This record gives sequence, structure tokens and C-alpha cells, in this order.
Amino acid sequence: MRGAPDTIILLRPRSTRQALEVFAQNPHAVPLAGGTDFMVSWNMGLHNGKTVLDISALRSWRKISAAKTGVRIGALATHADLQRHPALRREFSLLTEACSEIGAAAIQNRGTLGGNIANASPAGDSFPPQAVYEAKVHAVSAQARRLIPFNEIFVGVKKTVLRPGELIESVEIPFLKPRPSRQYFRKVGTRAAQALSKTVAAGLLWLSRDGRVSEMRFALGSMATMVRRLKSAEHFVQGKKLTSEVIDHACELLAKDVSPIDDVRSTAQYRLKVSRNLLREFLSGR
Amino acid sequence: MTVVGTNARRYEGPDKVCGRAKYIDDHDFPGCLFGVTVRSSVAHGRIRRIDFDPKFPWSECVVATARDVPHNSVLLIEQDQPLLVDEIVRHAMEPIALIAHPRREKAYEALRHVHVEYEELKPALTLSQALGTEALIFAPDNVFKRFLIEKGDVEAGLRSSHFIVEGEYRVGHQEQAYIENNGMAAWWDNGGVSVMGSMQCPYYVHKAIKHMFGLPDEKVRVIQTATGGGFGGKEEYPNMIGGHAAVLARKAGRPVKIIYDRGEDMAATTKRHPAVVRHCTGLSRDGKLLTQDIEVIMDGGAYVTLSPVVLSRATLHAAGSYECPNVRVRSQVVATNTPPNGAFRGFGAPQTLFAVELHWEKIAQATGIDSLTLRRRNAFREGSITATGQHLRQSVGALETLECCVKRGGYERKRKEYERFNRDPKKKCWKGIGLALVHHGAGFTGSGEAHLASRAAISLTRQGEIKVLAASTEIGQGTNTLFAQIVADTLGVPYDWVAVEAADTGRVPNSGPTVASRTCMIVGGLLQQAAHLFKKEVVEARGSFPKTRKDMHLAAVSLCNGQPEKRFETQYQTPAHVHWDDKTYRGDAYGVYSYATVVADLEIDKTTFEVRVRKITTAQDIGKAINPLLAEGQIAGGTAQGVGYALYENVVMKGGVMANAQLTNYIIPTSLDTPPMDVVIIERPYSEGPFGAKGVGELPMDAPGPAIAAAIYQAAGLLISELPILPEKIAQAKSHDQADG
Repeated sequence: MRGAPDTIILLRPRSTRQALEVFAQNPHAVPLAGGTDFMVSWNMGLHNGKTVLDISALRSWRKISAAKTGVRIGALATHADLQRHPALRREFSLLTEACSEIGAAAIQNRGTLGGNIANASPAGDSFPPQAVYEAKVHAVSAQARRLIPFNEIFVGVKKTVLRPGELIESVEIPFLKPRPSRQYFRKVGTRAAQALSKTVAAGLLWLSRDGRVSEMRFALGSMATMVRRLKSAEHFVQGKKLTSEVIDHACELLAKDVSPIDDVRSTAQYRLKVSRNLLREFLSGR
Repeated sequence: MTVVGTNARRYEGPDKVCGRAKYIDDHDFPGCLFGVTVRSSVAHGRIRRIDFDPKFPWSECVVATARDVPHNSVLLIEQDQPLLVDEIVRHAMEPIALIAHPRREKAYEALRHVHVEYEELKPALTLSQALGTEALIFAPDNVFKRFLIEKGDVEAGLRSSHFIVEGEYRVGHQEQAYIENNGMAAWWDNGGVSVMGSMQCPYYVHKAIKHMFGLPDEKVRVIQTATGGGFGGKEEYPNMIGGHAAVLARKAGRPVKIIYDRGEDMAATTKRHPAVVRHCTGLSRDGKLLTQDIEVIMDGGAYVTLSPVVLSRATLHAAGSYECPNVRVRSQVVATNTPPNGAFRGFGAPQTLFAVELHWEKIAQATGIDSLTLRRRNAFREGSITATGQHLRQSVGALETLECCVKRGGYERKRKEYERFNRDPKKKCWKGIGLALVHHGAGFTGSGEAHLASRAAISLTRQGEIKVLAASTEIGQGTNTLFAQIVADTLGVPYDWVAVEAADTGRVPNSGPTVASRTCMIVGGLLQQAAHLFKKEVVEARGSFPKTRKDMHLAAVSLCNGQPEKRFETQYQTPAHVHWDDKTYRGDAYGVYSYATVVADLEIDKTTFEVRVRKITTAQDIGKAINPLLAEGQIAGGTAQGVGYALYENVVMKGGVMANAQLTNYIIPTSLDTPPMDVVIIERPYSEGPFGAKGVGELPMDAPGPAIAAAIYQAAGLLISELPILPEKIAQAKSHDQADG
């Protein structure tokens, strides 16, 4: 334990407005939401002598609300909150499934969707579902607000387009019309809980009446510096019937959009092979 | 007998459940400083200079280097390991200097202001580099120790064999992963030092500290605090941390506490020895063993530490629990420029037992006789002679555990069922079932117990309190409870009449280290004898043994005869049947063996190559379960650790240092990964053990690895001969398999 609480300046705003004002005045403060990533770096002493903006008590940013066009998820909604929400379970089951596989129960009770995004780990399990659902991130600062497409929020390992003084307010996910013919989520982490993904996949598929693909979306996590949509494979299967040749070729194309590495958790070869198996499992509907 | 054989309440249970138990970091010492360690960043090098950044306020710190240690070696078997490096660094993460500061975070900050300049030397990081003496770590050839066991004539055995089967097996490092990291505190007064902390062996620390500072017995006191697990990881390393705390405390003139965080603990402290084991086995046409020629090479790391005794146990278990007329085991433990490997539950045996057990699958493939039949034909039974010529006269439950598991685990039926299942390409997984049969010697090897000459005592205080006095530590496994149960029943008093003294060298005799599955069998036996002495003396004096506390108090007053207590102490005597020759490595390697079989039932996902163990069935002959619930706990816990060893636990070494020294990246099984277990305790009593008890602590670690590897062999059709069997390995082997096919 290298963290020293008494060296940290802790800012605890009482309202969202105050939070943005305080953040504007202290743009280098480290936002603290659920703390599940923060505490790891705190334990290493990385926040000693720093300013921390504790937004965990801002209840209005924890709401999940369904509107006509989609569901809006407050940035401070926890992974457990998401799993319990009926509209999310019904319409966006890939996201609730992902939330049920993040860390373990204790992490799911504390960790927030906004915190997960802001932390920008290449292995974030909620990201492939948000990528295929084409979520949008509402970011706010004292001066302005903007809407960032999910696929544009990350710029690298642990890096986002968020600016100093800017916080994630909510994530908006549009309803899917028509509903997809097939949905798929799978996390590969080797152990059954408390696992960091070696690869993690989410997929949506719309088939036309004649069995041709009208649209396919497939995203992988832990396969590059950030979550990646498989644009080449998605484009290739469009308008085609999913014959074994088409599936084989789509699996071949997978490597065009990802660049897995060897690290202490796994190997590039394994990640690629298993990711192809996941895509195959999804496309063949098994 | 009233309490032995029952699930008596854990002696220290209420304190732990209520949060009253104090671990070392819960103790506050007035004026205490917090100590941290400057460690080497190179695997092999000569220290040129140590720079202390002048911008840092060093006046707030106490700094110690090798010059502050009167006798700079950590005494264990040899004296080759320095407490602090003076000149030559022999492994990464080796302690070079110590810094103490009143504030913990400042002490850590100070670490960043120390710069060590090295002349880098070529390291030997692997076994092949070490055996090629690319760097000389231990003269003359980097071999710390060699053993040779010979029985019969191996070459003649090979000539008469119908089948000859060769195989090579490998295992990696394993981290003990106790829940409480290593930590110690020390303070000096009246020219003496007290050392307190998380440990398994207070008298090891006592001996090491005496040596470092040249102090007599009575000037060193070592006290164990509540300890959050050990698994061998707190057998020898506390000598190092205790020494560090004592050096800093001496220089500071104040108490000093050193608590490792997880990253430092994993990267710097000991691991299980990696090993390579080669078998060449000859069998008759009907599958009887005729010859076993076995070679064992272990990686000891940069210093001798406990490697010779780890190698000894590895060597003595290498031929498995089978009778064979001709056996040769040649073994060596080699020095590499990596952190020293050390004690870990099983102590060398899990490595060699993995090899001999999985080798049966290879033999089955070559002979066409299934591995169960082969085991039935060759397993030890009463009357068998082991590789060292030991005659197994009693308490041999090997076949009983085997048959019990085969029946309860549905082994033969499932074996056939899974064969059919795996032929269907539409299934999403492959299924497999595998088994392993092991033995584990209880207590120190050979003449080790005689050399230890352990002592334990029972004290009767003038107030009539009965106290167990032993240095054997409670580290989560149930020492206190077992001792109280054994003493209570021997005396014929209620369980709650018996108290257990803290493991404090100022108060208890040296009952030896808490290791080697010896606590219940050896020390429990000493306490049983002490209780007999006690009872005899009371009965002789009073005619009968007291039945009430009041009578006990009266008896105590007269027995103590004005003194505060009366002690009944016993010392270990080698049982008459045990004979061992250290020179030839022949004779009774252990007084007795425990036996276990594991049947592992699992699935492999065809998409991800992940293995899920669905069920473990295990039967273990431990002589007598003094406390069946605790025994079952040892078996379940050891089995889970064995599942980790088999499937998940992968120490990634880069440049001689552990690259995944975090529990996020060093994967141990969670409760969700721990399969349901059917645990059967078999009791074949041992005449020299208390109430017939043998060892149980390490045995459960031995069999899961080979049983799981055998099940994977059935499921995926791949004999993967190296642990851990990660999904990456299965995926890669499958690619080769398909490419070949």
C-alpha cells in the first residue's frame, strides 16, 4: 500500500454543475467515480500529492432512462445497475451480458459505465457491445457539451478524446430497428471471474428474407490498442449468403482490422485464432 | 476418545471471524519506522556505486547497506546468500540497501531517489545457459546438489523388457499466493533483538538472526503473529525480511516494520522450482514394471537456500508409488541468475510425481494396456519395496484410494462414454476424464527428523491451566486445533481445557519448522507423549486423574510445588523401525507415506480451448483425520492449488524477473473455477502417529496436475507434457495436430 490519503486534495462537489465548475478550476484533477481502476493506481502511490475530483455522489448521473429513440445511461450507473434495468436487458442484452462478466460481483457493484469508458483500457468488456450498438457519449464541461460517437472516443491505450475539465455525463444507445436476427457476446478470459479479457467479442446480424446479410456488425476488444469494428469482414458479408466459403473468407479478413500482441496474458497467435473462432461461431449461428 | 475424529471448533476461529486476530501490519509500535528495500534491476552484475539523490531529504531516513550487517549471510543450509549485496548481484530483485522512514509513502518515494550503477555481467537465466556455465554462479559447475538412487540393475532391466517407453516432462514456477504478504517488524533493547511477524518457522528466524548479529540464544526473541497462509512461502524468506528489519532497527534505534506489497512479494520472494524430468521405463509384456531410469533437473535460482532438500524430496518421489525391481534416479539442482526458488507445498514432489503419473498415459499408448490396469498391477501394497529399499510394512492405502475414486468418479464408464462423445464433430466441447495416484512422505526426509531433534511440551500452570508449548505455527491449516484435540483426548479432559501458547521463542521449545506435513504426525506425536507423561505423574501422585477444573487446580498447586508451572517435555526419538543411510540414499526415506488418488473430469471448449474442470473425485489415505473438517479443508484447498498449477498459474520470466507479478495477470483459480469435489478420507492408521495420523498438508497438491493432464489427453487427443496447460498451448498443439493430420 503506497497510497497516502493525507497527501491527496479531495474535491467533492455536491451538484453536477458544481462538479463542472470545480473541474474547470482544477483541470488536472483525477475524476473518481466507482474507483475500481482508481484504487489500483492509488495503491501504487500514483495519486499521492494529486487532486482528486470525487463525483461518485452525483446521483442524477446515475439514472438510466428509456426514451422513444433509445436508452440513456447515466455515466455513474454501475455495471450492476445496468444488469438490473429491464429495457437494457430486453433491447441491449449484449451490454448487460458484458456487465455481468466484468471483474466479479464486487467490481460490478462499484464500477461505472462512464468510468469504464474514461479509463479506456484496450480490454474494456463493455466496449464491443457499445461499439456494435453504435452508442454515443455525451460529454460536458463548464463551457460546452458535445456528442461523441462511441467509435471515436478512444485514441489509444488509456487515452480518450476527452479534454481536461470534461466529464462523461451519459451514454445514449439508439434502439435497433429492425431488431437484429442474431446477437452475440463472448468474453474469453480463461478463468470464470476476475479475468482481464484475452479477446472479447460482440456481434449483430440482420438477415433478409432470402437469407442474405443485410447488415453485420462485429467488434473485438483486447485485439488492438482500442476496441475495433471489423469493417473489412462486415463489408465483405454484406448482401451475401453465409455459406461456409463466405464465413471462411470473413474469418480471414478479420486480421485486416486488428493487431493483437504477445503479452503476459496471452499470445497474438492465440488471440487471432480464437477471435476467428468467435466470428465463425457467430456467423454460423451455432 | 471424545474429541479426536470430530470437527472441534477452530481454536483461533472466533478471533479471526470477529476481526480480533492481529496480523503484523495491524500491530503498532511506538516510534516505528517503515522499511523498504532497494533491489537490483539486473540479473547479474557488479555494483559500481550507489548514488543517493542529494535533492532528497535523506536526514529524515535511516539507510542501511551491507556494511551495517555484522555477519552478512542468511543462514539456512549454506551461507552463500547475503542479507544485502555487497558487490556481486546474482539475481534481479536482490536486496542491496534498506531505507526506513516514519511515513510509509515517503519510504517508497525515497526508493526512487536511489540509483545503483552496475557493471553488467552475462547472466545464466535458463537451465541450459547455467549447465553450459555461461555465467558461473556456484563453483565449479553451477550444480548446487546431486543425488543418485540405485536399486537393482537398470540396464539388465531394460534388456529383459518387452516395452521401453521414454518421455520428457516439464513444469514451471508457481507462486504460493498466500492472502497475507510477507511482513516483519523488529526492535532492540538491552543488547537483544525481538523480531515479530508472519512466518512458518520461528526457530529458523531465531537461528538466522543469532548468526547475523553474533548473539546468544537468549538475546534473540522471535514471535509469530497471526499469519495469513504460508504454503512454504514463509518457510525461509522471513529470515531475510526479519534480518532486514533487525538491521534497520539497530541502526535507527527504533522499531522498524517491513511489509511487502503484492508486486514486491511476488517478484522478490521464492517460488516452486521449475523442473525437467526424463523417464525411460521398461515393462514386461503384461505391463509389470521392470525398470525405471529417471533424470531430474531443477532450477534452484541464484542461491542454495532450501534447494538440496527440495531436490531430495523430488528425487525420493520420482519413481512414484509403484514397485519396480530396477530403479535409477539421477537428479541435480542447478544455479541460475533468477530469484531463489524455495519451499512450496509438496516441496519437489509435485514436479516429479507429475512426470511419473503422466508417463503412464504414454506407456498406455505404447503397450495398449490402459493406465488404470497398469497402476493396479504395479502400485505399492503392504510388503512392497521402494526405490530406496524401504520395506512398506504398514498403512499402505494406495490401491484403496485408487479403487474408491475409480468407483465413485465413474471412471471406467465415463472413459468409454467420452470416447463416443468426442467422435461427434458437432459437439461444442471435448470431454475427458483422467486419474493420478500419488504418495507423499510425511515428516523430514531420511535422518532429518533425528537431526532436528524436536521438542514439545505441555505446561500445567499453578492455576490449573493446561497449555500446549510448541513452535509449530498456525498458518490457517489448523495446528492449534489439532494439538488441543490430541492433548485433550490423551489426558481425557474436555477440549476447551487445553490452551495453546503463542509461537514465541521466548516461551515455547523448538518443535521444528512448520513444514513437510510433519506438524500433526511428528509434533502431535510429541505432544501425545508429553500428555502421557503428564497423566502418569498426576495419577501416580493422586491416584486418579482430575475430573473437574477445581480438582485440576488442586492437583496443579501440589504438582507445581511453589513454581508458576510444571512442564512435561518430550523430544523426538527415531522409531525403532526407521533406518536411513545418508551416504548411499538407501533405507527408510520417510517413516510412512500418505496416499491419494484424484479423478479429474473436464471439458475443453472447441472455440476457445479453455478447460473447465467439472468434477474432482479424490480419496486420500491420511492415517487418521484428527479433525475431519480441517482435513477435508486441506484436501480441497490443496486440490484447488493443484488445479491452478495444472491450468492457470504461469510465471512469465523476462530478463530473470517475473513480468506478471500481479494477481490480475498471474492467474489463480477463483471459487468459480474450483470444481465441485467429492472428498473421501481413508484411514489406514500408522502405529507411530498420534491416533494413527499421517501427513495431509502437502499430499493434495501432488495429484491434480497429472490427473488433469491425463483428462486433457483423452479430451483433445494431445499429450501435453508441460504444466501449466494454458489454452494457448492447447490451441497451438491443435494447429500442429491438424497440420499433421
